[in-house]
Amino acid sequence: MRAQFVFSEIFVGLRRNLTMTIAVVVSAAVALGMLGVALLMVFQTSQMKDFWYDKVEVSVFLCTKTDQTLHPTTCSGGQVTDTQMTALQTDLTGNPLVQQVFPETQAEAFAHYKDQAKGSPVTEYVTPDQIPASLRVKLKNPSTENIDALRSTYQGQQGVEEVADQKTILKPLFKLFSGLTVSASTVAVVMVGLALMLIVNTVRLSAFSRRRETGIMRLVGASNFYIRLPFLMEGAVAGLGGVAVAALGVASFKFFLIDRVLAPSFTFTSFVGWDKVLLTVLILVPVGLLMAVGASALSLRKYLKV
Amino acid sequence: MIRFDQVSKTYPNQNRPALRDISLEIERGEFVFVIGSSGSGKSTFMRLILREERPSTGRVYVAGKDLSKLSNWKIPQLRRQIGTVFQDFRLLPNKTVEQNVAFALEVIGKSRPTIGKAVPEVLDLVGLGGKGGRFPNELSGGEQQRVAIARAFVNRPMVLIADEPTGNLDPETSVGIMKLLDRINRAGTTVVMVTHDQAIVNQMRRRVLELDGGNLVRDQSRGVYGYVR
Ligand SMILES: Nc1ncnc2c1ncn2[C@@H]1O[C@H](COP(=O)(O)OP(=O)(O)OP(=O)(O)O)[C@@H](O)[C@H]1O
Ligand SMILES: [Mg+2]
Repeated sequence: MRAQFVFSEIFVGLRRNLTMTIAVVVSAAVALGMLGVALLMVFQTSQMKDFWYDKVEVSVFLCTKTDQTLHPTTCSGGQVTDTQMTALQTDLTGNPLVQQVFPETQAEAFAHYKDQAKGSPVTEYVTPDQIPASLRVKLKNPSTENIDALRSTYQGQQGVEEVADQKTILKPLFKLFSGLTVSASTVAVVMVGLALMLIVNTVRLSAFSRRRETGIMRLVGASNFYIRLPFLMEGAVAGLGGVAVAALGVASFKFFLIDRVLAPSFTFTSFVGWDKVLLTVLILVPVGLLMAVGASALSLRKYLKV
Repeated sequence: MIRFDQVSKTYPNQNRPALRDISLEIERGEFVFVIGSSGSGKSTFMRLILREERPSTGRVYVAGKDLSKLSNWKIPQLRRQIGTVFQDFRLLPNKTVEQNVAFALEVIGKSRPTIGKAVPEVLDLVGLGGKGGRFPNELSGGEQQRVAIARAFVNRPMVLIADEPTGNLDPETSVGIMKLLDRINRAGTTVVMVTHDQAIVNQMRRRVLELDGGNLVRDQSRGVYGYVR
């Protein structure tokens, strides 16, 4: 088989139906991009569920040096002492509602904060002694009553700045991500359907405009594969074009929305990294190829008699 | 070389068969005319040989092979052994004469050196030496048909099938085409040719198959066109 011949056929074909080719690439790109965003959100949600921060339901934030002025009602005693902290931890561990307690020092909290808010200019002005140490608490049964019970017990104790209901804080984030997943997948499904129809139609047009060539190929005994290959490759090239554009879309979603908007505003949880973006794109490549080549093959079965 | 065994063909949604119970055998190296009025089933007969259509009943054999047992992916192998020529030439207008002929070899995966050798050879054979660089619209009808014959013959098929090859040509040009087909036949290729041209059939005095309404009404060696039954 002569590669040069096949490639020249592909590009002749793609050029001939340039507007259709663009339509295919764009619709495939939107379909795959939405699929990519949905995938990224699935990764995000599972990552949040894996992260211990997000498993805890209650965070007991302890007083910092600056809290004496910032929160004079709760932190009148100044920065929490080691003794107070140990006492609180022992008490929490012994509480029948509590399953587990994860202590976090100011240094650890600062490191985590830095990590989360990477690239955000605020980090420059934040020092470790401004970030509170905390006791992160996982409950046996994280019901609202239990969370309230825990809060009323520890709010106001010496050295406690605030008892925060972590579950309620994270809820909107989980909601946002699941909403994004659902809407992105819905758009993806619709667009995949549209892209498939466009590909089928493009290949049909392409087969029609090349019926002279294919008719002669058939007569002189070219194999079915050889006759169909240029069309399939056309599909594959258009599909890969779609993947490339979709990859750009997913990358901008990560760069602009996640890194610039979400990460700085929700510093207490972790967000998907570029490794997950790469993984998403790597998943999109075979999906895009399969979509384009599959639709082309289907169309050829129907419109290219052999 | 070609054998029809009680072949009938009815196209889908047609109540009258296009061919009815045809049995005949064409030997290797024969030259056969297929004649008959329009709609008598001549083209259908040719399409069955190419396995473009399948018989409704009966069997067609080409080169000893039962075409009904031929799997789809082997059809190209069959067609490589059969050259085809049509009334409308079927050349690619955007390719030169050489490229048109080379195309037939390229798409069945022949190597560049093979093609480079075979194409000028066959163009000489059909009398188009020196016109390889022209485009089809720069040629007369007779010359275009020669290109089509060159393309059909370049792979040295065992059988050459021609459906009204002179249908679009004037009598004089037709004689030239017939001489060429005769030469190809004498070199050992079986030729089956559909024609409405009485003069050609009467001059050549070859085997004549006559179809009428899908029936084989005459099979005569050294036949003429206007045979009175
Ligand atoms: N693809 C098809 N579908 C349905 N009927 C067909 C098809 N092809 C041919 N026929 C019918 O079969 C019959 C024989 O057709 P065929 O083309 O074999 O005739 P022919 O002898 O080649 O005619 P002509 O001399 O006009 O070319 C005709 O009645 C025609 O209408
Ligand atoms: Mg006909």
